[in-house]
Amino acid sequence: MSDPVQSDAWSELRRYTRARIALGRAGNSLPTAEVLKFSLAHAQARDAVHLALPRDQLLAALAAAGHAALAVHSAAADRAQYLRRPDWGRKLDDASRASLLAARPAEPPDVVFVIADGLSATASAHAEPLLQILLTRLQGWRVGPIVVAEQARVALGDDIGALLGARQVVMLIGERPGLSSPDSLGIYLTYAPRPGRTDAERNCISNVRPEGLGYEHAAHTLHFLLAGARRLGLSGIGLKDDSGLTAPLASAALPE
Amino acid sequence: MSYRLSLGSHRYHWHDLKILLARASPPRSGDFLAGVAAATMEERVAARLALADLPLARFLDEALVPYESDEITRLIVDTHDAAAFAEISALTVGEFRNWLLADTTGEAALCRVAPGITPEMAAAVSKLMRNQDLVLAASKCRVVTRFRNTLGLPGRLAVRLQPNHPTDDARGIAAAILDGLLYGCGDAVIGINPASDNLPAITRLLVLVEELRLRYEVPTQSCVLTRVTNTLRAIEQGAPVDLVFQSIAGTQAANAAFGIDLALLAEARAAALSLGRGTLGDNVMYFETGQGSALSAAAHHGLDQQTCEARAYGVARHFRPLLTNTVVGFIGPEYLYDGKEIIRAGLEDHFCGKLLGVPMGCDVCYTNHAEADQDDMDNLLTLLGVAGVNFIMGVPGADDIMLNYQSTSFHDALYLRAALGLRRAPEFEDWLARMNLIDATGRLLRPAPGQPLLAHAASLATPG
Repeated sequence: MSDPVQSDAWSELRRYTRARIALGRAGNSLPTAEVLKFSLAHAQARDAVHLALPRDQLLAALAAAGHAALAVHSAAADRAQYLRRPDWGRKLDDASRASLLAARPAEPPDVVFVIADGLSATASAHAEPLLQILLTRLQGWRVGPIVVAEQARVALGDDIGALLGARQVVMLIGERPGLSSPDSLGIYLTYAPRPGRTDAERNCISNVRPEGLGYEHAAHTLHFLLAGARRLGLSGIGLKDDSGLTAPLASAALPE
Repeated sequence: MSYRLSLGSHRYHWHDLKILLARASPPRSGDFLAGVAAATMEERVAARLALADLPLARFLDEALVPYESDEITRLIVDTHDAAAFAEISALTVGEFRNWLLADTTGEAALCRVAPGITPEMAAAVSKLMRNQDLVLAASKCRVVTRFRNTLGLPGRLAVRLQPNHPTDDARGIAAAILDGLLYGCGDAVIGINPASDNLPAITRLLVLVEELRLRYEVPTQSCVLTRVTNTLRAIEQGAPVDLVFQSIAGTQAANAAFGIDLALLAEARAAALSLGRGTLGDNVMYFETGQGSALSAAAHHGLDQQTCEARAYGVARHFRPLLTNTVVGFIGPEYLYDGKEIIRAGLEDHFCGKLLGVPMGCDVCYTNHAEADQDDMDNLLTLLGVAGVNFIMGVPGADDIMLNYQSTSFHDALYLRAALGLRRAPEFEDWLARMNLIDATGRLLRPAPGQPLLAHAASLATPG
């Protein structure tokens, strides 16, 4: 019996794109191997959406590295609420507001970093190595406590930054997982954070992960933007990224 | 005017027509998010009972969004064709459903009354229709459009070839285009979503597709799906623009959030027409829509998302587009939560668009945070094939690596053709046959060594 799978003669073209080209066919349909490959990628992306943020592990690692850290939670109680009610993911729950107020530093921090689950908790694994590189470059900056946020949307950082009196807030948040990128971290920088800030007032660095935008590159760009925002007293459209290293943004993937 | 209904001891009261429509709408997360959905399942059916008895003409008297403050309402009211409406003017919404499904109502009658149907009437009747009604009624509508080929003919299905790449890499995009053409796709349009918003980058993509199209004399059209202002500038600079793309929504405020208004769309259409590039027809616009877009811009005026969406088709039909598609599952689970809601919305959108005379396609799609998977997409794809959808998307392996969502693939199109006997646009079918890529029955052939597109692929694959 001949092989019912017909391969495509142009598979060489795959070197130019990650797109699923030249997959071959069984009749008109995908070969079994390709169906299973796709299923695996989808399963990993779905897991990334639904796995919990390893909060305690993150807090322990931050403490071990000598950083003050605290955990907060949005007003969305669980993932099902989070997915249906983005507005709740942009607000803190009452207990978190109280603990942030209690932790407010006497001197306003120049910057507060927030590690958030967003739409991919697995992306949070990239936050710590990125911060390690960046923090060594922020000599002379008053860095506030590092906040670990669950069931968070990007705008939750406005609330967190305002309560801590931060001059800038940086959200390190899991992006909506793609099939081949279940663990992309997005970075949002907002100057003078307060509830009601719009996306036009933020700068964004997307697709941070070893296979996408690497830690070194992302830290370089973020450092550039932080310094620029401090100099200009603003973030967003008025703050251009001229670091020369910006990757294209995939804004559709960000959990706004 | 308020609306009332008693069911046993329960007395329902709805303050106005838009609330009645919202309460009658099949459940979906976006209407709960907006706070306009029915509170109970009984209230939903009660609202449908009240809606069924409402005369269609009522929609001509009560504007859902004020005429004074919304140019979409003004467009709908000012362009309403009373003569076309006359034939159905005595019907209630419930009777309108019966009329749509009657054996005696065919393609000719549906074409005749289309200019007399307002988007709100289409939305209203769809809320009384089951999925099979949406399929059957849509299958009786015919909307044929032309640019370099003929789309929407009976028994035909076209595919938009969507060769996106996360950095707009020319060879990456060319590779995906060749893959799609070799799989017999691309008759609706070769349409690229650019990663960049920058004009030189967009022009490079337009030229890339233009050169490929001219070199192999492909009877299709191209489009780079950038904002309309970019396309206008590209036209001014002499770039090869076939179609003008724009995302549109059903309220003036939502369109403002997209940076457009009706005057800008008219200006862009005139600019594209002035190029005279269509060889068979002058349908030069390509629109995308999707339920939830108005709410996400906080511009829904208390309307349910499906009624807002139908109003977007009111915008679309005014500009006589070649293509319009709902990007049904792209927006996310806060608007359409799962496969069931996405499937329902896809069928509603296709039906409402076709009923109004819009050449509807559908991006059968989902994101990874929605409760949906390939099986749901197979279901919607098959239902839309039966409903006579004008076109679907063709994304390599259904995985869009630029927009990070899952759509339909070249293989999916082949499946639908095989299962339902659907053929390609006639001019494109002839071309594929001339290129020895399909046989006389439309079945895909294995390209022989030296086949021109295969040779092109080989030259691209040779380094240097």
